[in-house]
Amino acid sequence: MRLFKGLFQKVDQLVTGRRPVDDELFDELEEALIQADLNIHTAIRIVDNLRDVARSERISDSEDIKTRLKEEISALLSSGPEGGLAVSAEAPAVYLVVGVNGAGKTTSIAKLANILKSRGNRVLLAAADTFRAAAIDQLEIWANRIGVELIKQREGADPAAVVYDALQAAKSRRADVVIADTAGRLHTRSSLMEELKKIGRVVERESGRPADEVLLVLDATCGQNAISQAQEFKAAVPISGIILAKLDGTAKGGIVITLRDELGIPIKFAGTGEGISDMQEFNSREFAEALLG
Amino acid sequence: MFESLSEKLQSVFKKLKGKGTLSEQDVNDALREVRLVLLEADVNYKVVKDFIARVKERAVGQEILESLSPAQHVIKVVNEELTALLGGGDSEFKFSPRPPTIIMLAGLQGSGKTTTAAKLANLMKKQGRRPLLVAADVYRPAAIKQLQVLGGQLQVPVFSLGERQDPVAIAKAAVSSASSGGHDVVILDTAGRLHIDEELMGELSRMKAEVSPHQILLVIDAMTGQDAVNVAGQFNSLLEVDGFVVTKLDSDARGGAALSIKAVTGKPIKFAGVGEKMDALEEFHPERMASRILGMGDVLSLIEKAEAAMDQKTAEELERKLRENKFDFNDYLEQLQQMRKMGPLDQLINMIPGMNAKQLAGVEIDESQLSRVEAIIRSMTNDERRHPEIVNGSRRRRIAAGSGTSVQEVNRLINQFEQMRKMMRGIAEMEAGGRRRPSIPFFG
Repeated sequence: MRLFKGLFQKVDQLVTGRRPVDDELFDELEEALIQADLNIHTAIRIVDNLRDVARSERISDSEDIKTRLKEEISALLSSGPEGGLAVSAEAPAVYLVVGVNGAGKTTSIAKLANILKSRGNRVLLAAADTFRAAAIDQLEIWANRIGVELIKQREGADPAAVVYDALQAAKSRRADVVIADTAGRLHTRSSLMEELKKIGRVVERESGRPADEVLLVLDATCGQNAISQAQEFKAAVPISGIILAKLDGTAKGGIVITLRDELGIPIKFAGTGEGISDMQEFNSREFAEALLG
Repeated sequence: MFESLSEKLQSVFKKLKGKGTLSEQDVNDALREVRLVLLEADVNYKVVKDFIARVKERAVGQEILESLSPAQHVIKVVNEELTALLGGGDSEFKFSPRPPTIIMLAGLQGSGKTTTAAKLANLMKKQGRRPLLVAADVYRPAAIKQLQVLGGQLQVPVFSLGERQDPVAIAKAAVSSASSGGHDVVILDTAGRLHIDEELMGELSRMKAEVSPHQILLVIDAMTGQDAVNVAGQFNSLLEVDGFVVTKLDSDARGGAALSIKAVTGKPIKFAGVGEKMDALEEFHPERMASRILGMGDVLSLIEKAEAAMDQKTAEELERKLRENKFDFNDYLEQLQQMRKMGPLDQLINMIPGMNAKQLAGVEIDESQLSRVEAIIRSMTNDERRHPEIVNGSRRRRIAAGSGTSVQEVNRLINQFEQMRKMMRGIAEMEAGGRRRPSIPFFG
């Protein structure tokens, strides 16, 4: 996984050559973590812990420090629930996809639909971003390319009504999964967050349970603001996981460590390109085991 | 999760306040907190390092002003350095003496290029120019359609050759079509791309070589983290950009990326995107960005917005009433109409220093509720509007019945009104204080 590769490459570079375990080393480790967009307080805490451990266990080998750092970060990422997608006893499973403007929701939905379809699911997309110009067209083009059905209304329609239509259609067509696209919204806009709650209520009323997954799409380029985004979206709808988009750039997306560690939101997928198959399941345990093994 | 940045700075400087001199240790303590604040604001690690070193040099040096408290001195230096770093360069937008002026937008996926292109076209049109939007994003599905829809809304023509053409050829054809069609501004919307994507970056180079844009603007999301320096650095070294547009500044992101990109490239930030509406594009104000990054609110923006929305006479009248504490429901009713012009209320409240989400909870006014609010006020007698304190339980019931709302809603409105009155009085006092820097009344 690129995020960790990049991060640990940096750490590897820093601590190769068995250098002394001193303040300079810890400062550089902190710097590396901050530059990977870890939350600043998380980064400081991790390095402070490491410093304490080094002192109490009299670790004098920088290689050991490196191992400890990897263990610590892996532990933070493995805490909490695992990363697979929820499947419901009663079809269709309903997945809501939310996020700020430009995070990569529509593209991520296309990739997700493609993955689910390739696993033999009958997927139905709901074009509930009725706000942004041509958002419906964008999703429709993807739907045609992948070969999944799309439920839409006109631009400007009530997004909750689109989701309602999609759920009805999914029942009659025996779809396994409904994935609803929603308009990008800044988490600070309360009226738009209310709209999201309404979509959540419609899902709950029509399927007798809350959405099976509410996936927050997060741009890997995003910095500390991701925490505010996750908090505000979580306050409106029960966020069950994160799709970390655009990990193919040079950004490390380290902020997700805090999202998982402190907000308990697992990272479920990582987007790594513009192609339809450029998305992988993000499995922190696998990663941790590979790292420690 | 975090204590608000402004609170933190206040407490740091409270520690400093009262000491006679500013020792190196004092400066170090304060700057340690400033460093955290800047990192929390997503300013790049290296940029922060340089910045702190610079401030330290100035703050500990001989420049200490006798008239300021140590805390004020540190704030002053931090604020000045930040403003200087954010500003400078030629931020003014220059048009070519020989039209058409060609503007090329570039940036990462999802940074807001297409929306910015439309907003720019809207701005130019309002200035009496005849812009042409060019759909040169042939990769993202429906990107062309998006621009066409926006162009249609603005009644600005959109040039497109569909998505099967080379973007460079599209740009070239658009420019020659602009000249013959009497357009004096050409705005090229290009596809989002990663700064490390050699092929697509090469396409931008070719486009630049082919149409020689007068302005190449890099569009950067205000929420960008540490990587902003890499993105801006790469785009700039390849294209020599003329400046930046920082988008999504209507979020609660501190926008430290703005400082990073300016520090790394030296190129000016020319515009700020502040909303989804087509007129939500402003010129960039370094001093406001500085106080935002430091978490000190944006009083100046608020005042300017209020002034723009109100006519001068109404504004003076309002200011007088605020100062004399005579602002009543009649004025409120009048202001409701004015405020709608100022933009989303929650956004306005966000600009007020010291306000945080928790405090906001009680103050927030949902815009869709404005007509209900109006109905409530219109159901009040003139006496009640002038003296809200006389509105007791039975009056509240009558008002609720008369306006078709509930007593709870009436209660809420009256409470909100009182809070708002307090808040606005605060602003009026600040302004009456001679338009001091936003930081000073706050820490003074």
